[in-house]
Amino acid sequence: MEKHVVVIFPHPDDEAFGAAGTIAKFRQEGVPVTYLCGTLGEMGRNMGNPTFATRESLPEIRKKELQDACKVMDIELKMLGYRDKVLEFEDLSKVSDHLKELLETIKPTLVITHYPEYAVHPDHNALGAAAIDAVSRMDESTRPTVWAQAFMRGYQEILGKPDVVQDIRPFVKTKVKTILCHKSQAQGVLGNVTGEELTEENMEAIALEHFKEETFYTWNFENI
Amino acid sequence: MKPIDLNEVQEQIDAFAGKKVFIHLETTNGAYANHVNEKAYNVGAFIRNAQVTYEHGKIKGAGAAYRVGLKTENGWVYAEGLNAWELDEKNRLLMAGHDREGRLMVSLEISETAF
Repeated sequence: MEKHVVVIFPHPDDEAFGAAGTIAKFRQEGVPVTYLCGTLGEMGRNMGNPTFATRESLPEIRKKELQDACKVMDIELKMLGYRDKVLEFEDLSKVSDHLKELLETIKPTLVITHYPEYAVHPDHNALGAAAIDAVSRMDESTRPTVWAQAFMRGYQEILGKPDVVQDIRPFVKTKVKTILCHKSQAQGVLGNVTGEELTEENMEAIALEHFKEETFYTWNFENI
Repeated sequence: MKPIDLNEVQEQIDAFAGKKVFIHLETTNGAYANHVNEKAYNVGAFIRNAQVTYEHGKIKGAGAAYRVGLKTENGWVYAEGLNAWELDEKNRLLMAGHDREGRLMVSLEISETAF
């Protein structure tokens, strides 16, 4: 059994769409989970539907949504303070040092992050790469396992089938509740994910129907 | 934000003319445009806290699509597709264009203090 799980994603709502079912499963087993959230999603273009956020009010709104989501999942939250959309232009060795320091304090047995170059958004790819770099530089005796999430179009043709497939059906209610905490983003992103026309009334039902599993690749550190 | 009223916004643009102001200018179709639709391109640009002084600015257009041009000493600041605005609690003029789903497509903001 895992002792502590750390989730490293750049945006408030990445945890909800990518891993909330898996997180809920760990929490049910009593495993502590910490979310290291890279940015506040300051540059998101979803402003609620109908629009209720502005470019300037969005960070505070998303911060509150993130805190609410972490309450629903019952996990610890640390916000890393980077800025949305420009993470890939930071000095990534410094980002990696930052993550390594946090991981050495938290001492997780498992880290969940994005699969570099296979996670669509440049922030996902950059933070995933920094996280894997950080873990690779940790002492082998305390080095956590890494589960990397890929979802770029056609990723399985290149990477093969993911070896970690979490059946999240028992936890789908928690996942959807977590997604709905991100009110400014939920409708817009769910529309993209499910390919359905969503309204405030039908989105919970469609989301409950849609999510069945969350998948990851165990990172092979031998390959570096 | 509220729908753009040409006269109201023109008044606000006039109020910042001749002052040293900070600009946030942005256009985006999102980081997932190509992921969601293979034929789409990911396109976007932003500049945050550019310092300019404009001698005059105008808002033009009608219906739900307005254009703003600010004439500076050496050039122009321009945005198209704006349809919503507000003067926020920090006295910043926020203008944006949202699509049918409420997503931001373009944004032009003017402030006397840095964003």
